[in-house]
Amino acid sequence: MTYNILIAGFGGQGVLFAAKQIASAGMALGKNVTWLPSYGPESRGGTSNCSVVISDEEIGSPLVIKPDCLIVFNLPSFEKFEQSVKPGGVIFSDSSLVDRKSTREDITVHYVPASGAASDNNLTGFANVIMLGKFIKETGLFDSEKFLNHLIDNIPPSRAALIDKNRSAYTIGSGL
Amino acid sequence: MAKVLMKGNEAVAEAAIRSGCRHYFGYPITPQTEIAEYMAKRMPKVGGLCLQAESEISAINMVMGAASAGVRAMTSSSSPGISLKCEGISYIAGCDLPCLILNVQRGGPGLGGIQPAQSDYWQATKAMGHGDLHLIVLAPSSVQEMASLANKAFDLADKYRMPAMLLADGALGQMMEPVDLDGIKAPEAVCKPWATCGHDGKRKKNITNSLYINPDDLEKTVIERFARYETVKANEIMYEEYLTEDADIVVVAYGITARICRSAVAMARAQGVKVGLFRPITLWPYPYEALGRLADTASRFIVSELNMGQMIDDVKIAINCRRPVDFCGRTGGVLLTPEEILNAILGGKK
Repeated sequence: MTYNILIAGFGGQGVLFAAKQIASAGMALGKNVTWLPSYGPESRGGTSNCSVVISDEEIGSPLVIKPDCLIVFNLPSFEKFEQSVKPGGVIFSDSSLVDRKSTREDITVHYVPASGAASDNNLTGFANVIMLGKFIKETGLFDSEKFLNHLIDNIPPSRAALIDKNRSAYTIGSGL
Repeated sequence: MAKVLMKGNEAVAEAAIRSGCRHYFGYPITPQTEIAEYMAKRMPKVGGLCLQAESEISAINMVMGAASAGVRAMTSSSSPGISLKCEGISYIAGCDLPCLILNVQRGGPGLGGIQPAQSDYWQATKAMGHGDLHLIVLAPSSVQEMASLANKAFDLADKYRMPAMLLADGALGQMMEPVDLDGIKAPEAVCKPWATCGHDGKRKKNITNSLYINPDDLEKTVIERFARYETVKANEIMYEEYLTEDADIVVVAYGITARICRSAVAMARAQGVKVGLFRPITLWPYPYEALGRLADTASRFIVSELNMGQMIDDVKIAINCRRPVDFCGRTGGVLLTPEEILNAILGGKK
């Protein structure tokens, strides 16, 4: 099985971090994984996106053009990538920032008020982790408890103060 | 040790350090700047030196100086920066010095773009500076190979006293994959009796030099060097074959493109098409003979690259023009998709 994920938003929203957590969890499960960020002009202050491929096979292209799963944190990304999702695929849209509904009827769309939930809970900057909680809950890609533990383990000791915030954000996302 | 998730740029830097490289000289350019960043953090901790030179030209000449003294030295850049290094690389080849040069290619010509490309194939394999010279050129196709081939490149450079190049691209540099660095080790000791490292009056002085005013003297050094190139050709060719045994069509690709072609080959096989993949790992020396043998059974070849078809001639030479050679490529920083290559396999010519 090969699962293609595309995560997109503005620079600073934690797109690359969230993508890395998914790739890292896949690696921990013994899967082949690739993580490829956009590094062009769009990453210099504009939109940022990242391709993650998780597979039982050897991975060919690391670039995701037709995602099974799209996670978006801003309207430009939603508009740019909505039509690229494979039929039967899924979109997670931060509905606090994207006030658009998908016109697609052949995919599942989760409207997740991640940024709103982050600011309501004194977790500004953690909308990406809230979204990860929702993403794992809905896709069942990884065991949720293991994924959270893996995420916590990846936080360097110098940033231990962020452990509780990540845990809270993830738990909130899992409950949305 | 378990696998770690690393960018290709980080993996190659860590592999260089584990291979015993303690001298890195660079100058920033996208998409390879993470190498200098990684070296700047790690080198001081292992007693090494990471120096940002004032230009690419300066950096390659620092490599020449360090290599003359017998230490493992490297530089890295991306396409426009590599062009600047060509003069120094020619001098290094002329002085018979080992070193590692990494090109994380981006689109060209000129300043071009910053997205992945393979448009420096001709430069790396045919024209890396003036004069009669070759570099050993290795083309990694994964983050793991960014590490393992960096290690191999240092060994080959030392063994044959010549510069080695790792020819990567922006995607391999920027992407993360699981990588196992356990096998990446420095050799016990490399004997370099020619090194200009100080002799304290105890032996005849060593000189590294590429200037020979007398043509007969210069010709002799070049002929001796080319005899050494023949031993490299005889001993060091590397390639990988995938489903070529019964293949009627053979796709030839290296680096990032080879792995995308592998997906396309698997897709075509699922449709019953007898197609295989031949992946040169050494671009110089090129695996002419191994590829040529496939023309005994295959009826068609497809070259796939992120350029305008720079490897086509090498494939034609390898198969002695016995079969048609088609081309499927993108350039300017656009990555090929497996579907585009599949179309070429299924008969569409691009």
